[in-house]
Amino acid sequence: MNIIVAIKHIPSLADELELNAEGTNLDFDEVDFTLNEFDEHAIEQAVLIKEASGGSVTVIGVDVIEELDGVLHTALAKGADKAAKIVGDFEPGIDSHTQARWLADAIQGMSPDLVLTGVQAADDLDGQIGPMLAAYLDMPYVGVVMGVEAADGKATVYKEYSGGVMAKFEVDLPAVIGVQAATSPPRYAPISKIRQVAKTAEIEEIEVDEEGDGAGLTLRKMAPPVSAGHAEMLDGDAEEVAEKIIEIIKSAGCCSGRVDRVDRVDRVDR
Amino acid sequence: MPLPVEQQKVIQEAVKEHEHLVVDGMDISGHWNRMFGQRVIFDYDYANLEKVTSLPGGESLGWCYGCAKCTAVCPIDIVGDYSPRKIHRKTQMGIDLFTSDDLWLCTTCMNCLRVCPKEVNMIQIMPAVREQAVLAGNVPEELQKAFEDTAKYGNPLGQSQRKRAAWTKTAGVPVPIIKDLGRPVDVLWYVGSYPSYHPRGQDAARAAARIFNALGIDFAILGREEKDDADSQRLAGEIGLFEMMAEHNISVFEKYEWNVMVVTGPHEYNAFKNEYPKMGFERPILHYTQFLVQHLDKLKPLLKHEINRTVTFHDPCYLGRHNGEYDAPRELLRAIPGLKLVEMGRCRENGYCCGGGGGGMWLDSFTQNHTTMRLSERRVLEAVEYGAEVLSVCCPFEVSRFEDGAKSTGNDQLDVLDILELLDQSMNGG
Repeated sequence: MNIIVAIKHIPSLADELELNAEGTNLDFDEVDFTLNEFDEHAIEQAVLIKEASGGSVTVIGVDVIEELDGVLHTALAKGADKAAKIVGDFEPGIDSHTQARWLADAIQGMSPDLVLTGVQAADDLDGQIGPMLAAYLDMPYVGVVMGVEAADGKATVYKEYSGGVMAKFEVDLPAVIGVQAATSPPRYAPISKIRQVAKTAEIEEIEVDEEGDGAGLTLRKMAPPVSAGHAEMLDGDAEEVAEKIIEIIKSAGCCSGRVDRVDRVDRVDR
Repeated sequence: MPLPVEQQKVIQEAVKEHEHLVVDGMDISGHWNRMFGQRVIFDYDYANLEKVTSLPGGESLGWCYGCAKCTAVCPIDIVGDYSPRKIHRKTQMGIDLFTSDDLWLCTTCMNCLRVCPKEVNMIQIMPAVREQAVLAGNVPEELQKAFEDTAKYGNPLGQSQRKRAAWTKTAGVPVPIIKDLGRPVDVLWYVGSYPSYHPRGQDAARAAARIFNALGIDFAILGREEKDDADSQRLAGEIGLFEMMAEHNISVFEKYEWNVMVVTGPHEYNAFKNEYPKMGFERPILHYTQFLVQHLDKLKPLLKHEINRTVTFHDPCYLGRHNGEYDAPRELLRAIPGLKLVEMGRCRENGYCCGGGGGGMWLDSFTQNHTTMRLSERRVLEAVEYGAEVLSVCCPFEVSRFEDGAKSTGNDQLDVLDILELLDQSMNGG
């Protein structure tokens, strides 16, 4: 089974995000990039399926700031078999719809049986790469998936809905799955293994030189959130603070029952 | 040097009591040669022991002869059930250390090695076995995150590399960054990850900056070029991560001209003094306590404000037992007017580990299932037992551990302060 994982390199949220001079996007020189967290789950799920049912895992992403190699080496160290990156002369802020087009073109040539990708990415919260890949590749798509089993031309996927409802789908392969969580948490890749992989790994480079279709949207303005209010800090020991909290709840009209004194305040234990 | 376990096995059939036996002219006929028997260890399947002793670094576990001196001093055994002797014994009973929870409880505090007559060396055994476990994918979750954050952000707290020097903005005194300074300095101050990012660590870092300025020290820091020493990560099994951080740090250290490096914490002291020379970097390294003692005649007159409190000092394992420095911190504390220094029972060479070393800083979620209380909680109880109002420390791991321990054991009255903070208070009041 040929499993392809499409990944996205996105700005790291650990950093203070700085905007460019125009205020239209991030200043990409001042921010570090990291692998989209949901894509880490997609890679883990792909390797788990390979370990269970056999096959080969290829990880592919658009090399937006020419630093994707480390991410690909880590994926290979975790059990992926092949790595590929889409390269070209493009801006770091290249939108995900353009990335989806390029990824689909590249994946098409890989005879995919199963395409996994993170259900969404923290930079744009758009969640469109998966559905767009499916549309371009003419495959079914199931998103927000919490576990995938695949064998003999079919995949069983578990999709999470709100309210704790879980659905179980059977999907004919080839298909695209938007992964929210792998069956088990992403494994650890020891640094020594990653460094070893880095010495011998061959990453396929796929060139694109067209501008791409784009999302059809222009980002007009990006601004940091304005803090509208503040938190009120309550002083005192546990009993005093509890009394104050009860007063606040009562005066806000949120408490229908009678609460007129604090009898006991328990320390929160592990 | 004892033979490896597997080579000690005696061929049982060949061993009998020889009725007539003369060896090297000595007549040891009959019962005199009856003692040539098998070590008890061979009554058991020693495959699990051999799995450890065949690893480079794991050999010494096979030398244990079960005297249990280690059990008496192991900090985890006081609040749990643990020691090198017990690990050795468990291998005989079929426990595989590589997949056992026991693998992650040791903090490498070295109290066992200090007393072991056979020099069973957990400081070598643990990283060797842990490395294999990590390669096989067995890492407790919290520790995995610390490894990943260290690799990604250069610090185990997962904070931005760029913000490593943000604490300097509120120090109230200049803290030069050597790259911007553009000239050689006398002292290169390696700040460390916890003093750079943890709120209580930053308090100590700012205090240090004020002290260095008051003493007129010509110093600078590396700022965002500095990465974690990763010594504890090394002892937790990630030798590759340690090497990666070391390669980066060494290349940065060698970029600049400086005479002596002063470090805030014992773990980097251990890394730079004992491990980095193996990678080609060997320069003078001082822990801040040693450095300030060198300047004590200038420092003492600046300690104007009395601190009329009973203070006890917790010996950090990696400054004390591992590197033999017990006096410098005490000299500094004794220099503070009004301060009453009391010793805890488990002090100096027998200091009781806070639980942070060897990866322990990122294993509390795991260790809590194996101990009746955290090591740091046990130590807080001891400090209170000896009448301390202040528990003073000089390792950045300790402040948060002991403050948590003070809260969780109902000892909010105990203050936990770095020696830097006490010196700063005595210098500047407040």
